[in-house]
Amino acid sequence: MRRGQLVVDAVCVVIAAVVAFPLYWMVLSAFKPAGELQSTRLWTAAPTVDSFRRVLDVENFGLYFVNSVIVAVAVVALSLLVSFLSAVALTRFRFRGRTVLVVMLLVAQMVPVEALTIPLFFLLRSFGQVAPAIGLNQLGSLVLVHLAFSLPFAIWLLRGFVAAVPAELEEAAALDGASRFRFTWQVLFPLVAPGLVAASVVSFIHAWNDFLFAKTFLISGTENRTLPLGLLVFFKPEEQDWGAIMAGSTLMTVPVLVFFVLVQRHLVSGMAGAVKG
Amino acid sequence: MTATQLRPPVAVPAPPREPGVRRGDGRAALLYLVPAGVVLLALMAYPIYQLVVISLYDYGQPQASGAAPLVFLGLDNYVELLSDPRFWTVLVTTIVFAGVCVAGTLLVGTALAVLASRARRIPRTLLFLAALGAWATPTMAGSYVWLFLFDQDFGLVNEVFASLGFSGMRGHSWIFERYSAFGLVAGEIIWCSFPFVMVTMYAGITAIPREVIEAAALDGASTRRTATAVILPILRPILMIATIQSIIWDFKVFTQIYVMTNGGGVAGQNLVLNVFAYQKAFAGEEYGLGAAIGVVMTAILLMITGLYVRAQRGVR
Repeated sequence: MRRGQLVVDAVCVVIAAVVAFPLYWMVLSAFKPAGELQSTRLWTAAPTVDSFRRVLDVENFGLYFVNSVIVAVAVVALSLLVSFLSAVALTRFRFRGRTVLVVMLLVAQMVPVEALTIPLFFLLRSFGQVAPAIGLNQLGSLVLVHLAFSLPFAIWLLRGFVAAVPAELEEAAALDGASRFRFTWQVLFPLVAPGLVAASVVSFIHAWNDFLFAKTFLISGTENRTLPLGLLVFFKPEEQDWGAIMAGSTLMTVPVLVFFVLVQRHLVSGMAGAVKG
Repeated sequence: MTATQLRPPVAVPAPPREPGVRRGDGRAALLYLVPAGVVLLALMAYPIYQLVVISLYDYGQPQASGAAPLVFLGLDNYVELLSDPRFWTVLVTTIVFAGVCVAGTLLVGTALAVLASRARRIPRTLLFLAALGAWATPTMAGSYVWLFLFDQDFGLVNEVFASLGFSGMRGHSWIFERYSAFGLVAGEIIWCSFPFVMVTMYAGITAIPREVIEAAALDGASTRRTATAVILPILRPILMIATIQSIIWDFKVFTQIYVMTNGGGVAGQNLVLNVFAYQKAFAGEEYGLGAAIGVVMTAILLMITGLYVRAQRGVR
């Protein structure tokens, strides 16, 4: 029994190391001096930030980084607000057609949004003629598209959390004279926090990771590029500046990692809630 | 909440309604649903309709820029597509590739969930942290790291092989050959998608009451029999959802293929449907054909959705 447990634990640790290795290698290579990139040593004696400097100064990654943050934060904030409202309507209000809406929500989650790139391209082009801020080549276009695509899942997820809040609580609040509006924002909203966290992680990741839409919609000009697009432009096969590419990848990964570690506990319970939902 | 204890003695008129239901619900609900409704109608429902419309027209660059009038083709784009052997190759490739990725993801994810449920706290936490790291890595960064690890000249893998005596591996290109390129992409995809399966399966495993397992043991069930006859049926709905989610993700993979095989590989040998549609539309400027591929892809995924809906029902 004891030996078996030791073996299980050892296997667990080895696999953890294997899974984490690509990430470690990425960060390590980003800090390696150029001459050491080919070495198989698992550490470096002379860490340097040259690669980061190259990426940030020469290739404008700082700007791309800020652009990515703007898009992701805007998507998360808007998506939480809008999806929470819908989740409340779908769980705490009774009205005709509610079931149909819920089923449509499920179907909407399955729409392969990537297939919509072509019509969206033309739609955003027309938007741009009316309101340039949400047209092609603008960050607003990415915010809009990711907001739309994050909503079905976010609403679906929050619905389970809102429904789990007992109706008695609402009745009690009503008896205490709290308006429905007040109950919704002061009682319900904080109570579904784990759901909000899980929903925000998912929308954040989608917006942050997006490559297809950025590549399609940001066709001219470089000032509105997001990180993935910046990385793609940076990757020139003939130059193979792997140190810089790894530095760019690290810059792109760190915010997500920090975010993940911060909300890790909520995430697991939130996801489990969604699956049971 | 103190509210429940401070119930006033006044009799509240309580018509037989469902809890939480009030008059004017319909109108209030509408108000709450408007923002999501507007966004989803404009940026999801309308584009779906447009996708179908565009697929019925001869829609090239002149039409897109308004220089030439639109010509209605009916189903001609679809006929052209279905009679193109290239399309069939890509379709079959996509299905097989997604199948391999899904199987790999489920296998690794489930196995590691079981392992994690058996391990003690510290090793388990390490495994979870590593998995979270892989999960959190942006697709783009993950693709580049894997490309770098397997790079022809600078890659660690080739260097390690060479130092082990396989000097032929020095300068070996992993993305030049079709299957090896697909294998590399599949490796990256499984690496970044197994954590989702692992986390959900782990949640499912730990949610099984200890009594159930103990009862099985008392009844004389072996470990294997407990696993197959008790634990697996309990986990089946979760596994089903994880499977269908993975199918949906892997069927429409874009970034990894585009980045790692440089837009679909040598002579398009690594094309999958999504990249194929993109290349047709935005590189080949045949938006009508690209849209037709999109419609086919959507139809296939909607069929899988049917399965998903059923699985969800099974859970509740």
